[in-house]
Amino acid sequence: MSDLQSVSLPGYVRALNRALHAEMAADDSVFVIGEDVRVGASGVTAGLVPQFGTERVLDTPLSEQSFTSFGTGAAMVGRRPVIEFQISSLLYLVFEQIVNQAHKFSLMTGGQVHVPVTYMVSGSGSRCGWAGQHSDSPYSLLAHAGIKTLVPSRPEDAYGLLRSAVRDPDPVAVFAPSALMEAADVADSGEEEVVPLGEANVLREGDDLTVVAVGQHVGTALEVAESLADQVEVEVIDPRTVYPFDWQRLGKSVNKTGRLVVIDDSNRMCGLGAEIIATAAEEFDLLAPPKRVSRPDGAVIPYALALDQELVSGTERLTKAIRAALM
Amino acid sequence: MKLIREFEERCLEMAIAGEIIGGIHPYIGQEAVAVGVCSNLTERDFITSTHRGHGHVLAKGADPRRLLAELLGTLEGFNKGRGGSMHAADIELGILGANGIVGAGGAIGTGAAWVAKDRGSSDVVISFFGDGAMSQGVLLEAFNLAAIWSLPVLFVCENNMYATSLKVESGLAGNAARRAEGFGLVARTVDGMDVESVASTAGELIERCRENKGPAFLECSTYRFFEHHSILEQLGVGFRDPDEIASWRKRDPILSLGKQLSDAAVAEIDEDVKGKIDEAVDFARNAAPPDPKDALMYLYSGEVAVRPGVIL
Repeated sequence: MSDLQSVSLPGYVRALNRALHAEMAADDSVFVIGEDVRVGASGVTAGLVPQFGTERVLDTPLSEQSFTSFGTGAAMVGRRPVIEFQISSLLYLVFEQIVNQAHKFSLMTGGQVHVPVTYMVSGSGSRCGWAGQHSDSPYSLLAHAGIKTLVPSRPEDAYGLLRSAVRDPDPVAVFAPSALMEAADVADSGEEEVVPLGEANVLREGDDLTVVAVGQHVGTALEVAESLADQVEVEVIDPRTVYPFDWQRLGKSVNKTGRLVVIDDSNRMCGLGAEIIATAAEEFDLLAPPKRVSRPDGAVIPYALALDQELVSGTERLTKAIRAALM
Repeated sequence: MKLIREFEERCLEMAIAGEIIGGIHPYIGQEAVAVGVCSNLTERDFITSTHRGHGHVLAKGADPRRLLAELLGTLEGFNKGRGGSMHAADIELGILGANGIVGAGGAIGTGAAWVAKDRGSSDVVISFFGDGAMSQGVLLEAFNLAAIWSLPVLFVCENNMYATSLKVESGLAGNAARRAEGFGLVARTVDGMDVESVASTAGELIERCRENKGPAFLECSTYRFFEHHSILEQLGVGFRDPDEIASWRKRDPILSLGKQLSDAAVAEIDEDVKGKIDEAVDFARNAAPPDPKDALMYLYSGEVAVRPGVIL
């Protein structure tokens, strides 16, 4: 693999980059398209051009709507596009093209055609100082619409899930949280395992309380679980795929612990946490009311750092929620 | 053209009677555009169509029996009753779908055109849309993409002068063809009521596409004889001046072409078409309905299980 340019990338980005190299090498129908993908401005597509040429790595004009549906058209006639969105809020521009076009063709054509597109959302969530239009994590919206939606929390999952996304016959969105992409201390394990969609990962076992954590909050949850280890045994579940969600794994855990806290980077109202808690309330054996740690309803991230950080949850709020759920 | 006309007239009756549940957007009057353009295509070429798509789909060679079966929501339809009028697609024939969102097919077709070019084939994509789509940003973005990448796509604007009820002069600043030229597309405007003129001009532009000379734009001046959607006929709501409709009806492309043929030839075509449509109606009416428990079948390609949405 001639990815010399990617050696210096942060671990999480490097894992995504390795996955793209691997899928492009494995399948000639895969191509990458998006803004600044040839130079690899986000790092995710670094080094692809020297290996695969400009015919398979297409720089687009700033025309998100057309290049998203361009991907749909290419996918309908046999190719596997990976479209990179360097800013998660760009998904708002292309909701029609993803949700109303790409997603619906399989059903609307009675299964005549599939749309195997991957939406690689590099840099989701707060970027500390990038303000309102560059700081959202809109994975709940895509999950609500029925788009297969992944939020890997570890480099090995980023690698393995992105590979599964590219191979999947349907549209799949992969959200790479900024907090993980920019973290220098997250190491790429170099693992080569493909991670199937729809399988949660239990990162820490415990009998007293289940924490479901998504994306960068998996790290938060593991840190809090460790800090409370002398008082409570917390089980930490990373769903990895937020849609379709691994309800079976969650049920097994909640039926064991009887208590549930969810932490994720969605806005509270109609966010992913709401769905997890509603399902748990309907279907699992809870001993106490579950708790959610989320952004506030309808949040817009302000510019000033103190205001930004106020709206992004962390260890303190999760600890509080865990204590409340234990009452 | 006669096949499209007869098909649509039957559909209009069946829609007004409530047999075609979602109604239709009648294409009657615009037949020369679909037939003129598609007469230059092979089965390997692709089209993207519009919410007013029956004409394009039939002109590309789709079986009228299966199209009508789709409109009646049956398993024998192209889309197994999941798509209906606005989503009719026959992928094997290169019909990448009629589309319920105005202007949406242009960018999808551009992606297919890139694949055709990348394969080294001489296949082309025709993207049909109406004058209303010229105000959709995504379509203008698609013109730009197709032009900078020199893709084999012919954008066909069927200027029928109305976007639902909005007159073209109230919705389109400037001129459609001049706009396309602004993106570097070769653009022509033809009389969309004259099938030979459409066929020959489309033929020249399609040949350019096949020779890898980049995308092109064809504006066809045309008119729909009926209202935007069958529900308006059902309700008796009309937005247009009856004199205007009458004057365009005098230029009916089928009558014009018929004048060049002998009465015997016209009678033979009419009879042949009527037989085909009668057969389609019988076929569609006898087709099997889908099983309600399969309502979300085909939502995903693989094994993803959909949770029930109603808790009993």
